[in-house]
Amino acid sequence: MKLSVSGLAVTRSGRPVFSKLGFTLDGGEALALTGPNGAGKSTLLRILAGLLPPTAGSIEWTGGHDEAHFSEEAHYLGHRDALKPALTPLEVLSFWQSLLGQPALSPLDSLERVGLGHAAYLPSAYLSAGQRRRLSLARLLLAHRPIWLLDEPTAALDQTSETMFGSLVADHLTRGGLAIIATHTPLPIPTRTLSLRASA
Amino acid sequence: MNAFFALIRRDLLLATRIGGGAGVGLVFFLMLVTIIPFAVGPDMVLLARIGPAILWVAALLATLIGLDRLFQADDEDGSLDLLRMSGLPLPLVVLAKVIAHWLVTGLPLALAAPFLGLLLALEPQAMAAVTVTLLAGTPALTFIGATGAALTAGLRRGGLILAVLVMPLMIPVLIFGISATSAALGGPVPFHTPFAILCGLGLFAMVTGTISAALAIRASEA
Repeated sequence: MKLSVSGLAVTRSGRPVFSKLGFTLDGGEALALTGPNGAGKSTLLRILAGLLPPTAGSIEWTGGHDEAHFSEEAHYLGHRDALKPALTPLEVLSFWQSLLGQPALSPLDSLERVGLGHAAYLPSAYLSAGQRRRLSLARLLLAHRPIWLLDEPTAALDQTSETMFGSLVADHLTRGGLAIIATHTPLPIPTRTLSLRASA
Repeated sequence: MNAFFALIRRDLLLATRIGGGAGVGLVFFLMLVTIIPFAVGPDMVLLARIGPAILWVAALLATLIGLDRLFQADDEDGSLDLLRMSGLPLPLVVLAKVIAHWLVTGLPLALAAPFLGLLLALEPQAMAAVTVTLLAGTPALTFIGATGAALTAGLRRGGLILAVLVMPLMIPVLIFGISATSAALGGPVPFHTPFAILCGLGLFAMVTGTISAALAIRASEA
């Protein structure tokens, strides 16, 4: 599996965010996106997720299950955690499992994996910021998708959870997956780094 | 298909939980229909004559309540991003959400209409006619509203703009809903003529509303 991005450029409301951006990533590799606020880390992830059209450039995805529908091969974890306060974590995860398809771990098992097994039946409104983040991470385990696009996944996580996150990503990479992670803090796993500069 | 029904089930669950907003439209409908007899006065004949129109106008206005949250809630918390990446085509996402929305907002209006008809001194036949035409007409209203809801999903207080956008498009549904009702009560035209047009409007709104709402959601990002 291989992801190649070349000549990528994007303009948001008349302002160029980045241009001529390119990298390739093979299965089993992780890429850390770094750079100051506003450099376009989140924008790049949203483009890769298929949520935003790039102004120029191409994204090629080869060797995957479905090469045409790249965004259906990717998990996206954004700033917003897509969590409904009125539903329990178990209900949230069961729903996403039906939606995402290609089931991997069961909702209960993924909750156990991120250390939220005890909160499975509690309304999500009672979860703390770190717990909500862990619930979002549990979503990545529900379905087999080879590309993980993570936007500051370790924000609000404590030391233990950060180690847990490292092992989740490491497992994913050993299975041949790819991960692109926007971050401001050093990640608990070895990665290549792509630095985005703030545009003038 | 599993994903489609999972989305309907989740939206029904959310609507019936605390803060879900199911029943807001129904209560609004009830309030409108209850206060009108006080305003019109105790003229049973007049009330019975304008009763079907009151029920239809109230149902139309009640449909507008809560429509602004149709896509907004999922847009705000990022669920819409994930839904777009889910593999379920976006028009089907829209269709599932609109069906769920109609089940908790439109359907209760049609089912409550005969009981509220009592307040307006409607004949049993008129009650039946209003209920049947509302059953056929409220899906059309919801699907028309879906486009407006998708266009205003990113706006903080989009409710007013939404109402202004979709209200003109709802007028044909109102016209044929009312004319089908009066045809059922013995008008010059047979009942099935305006009723068939009403159903046709519903099907038209279902196709165009679903597709245009999906386009609006996709365009809102670019």
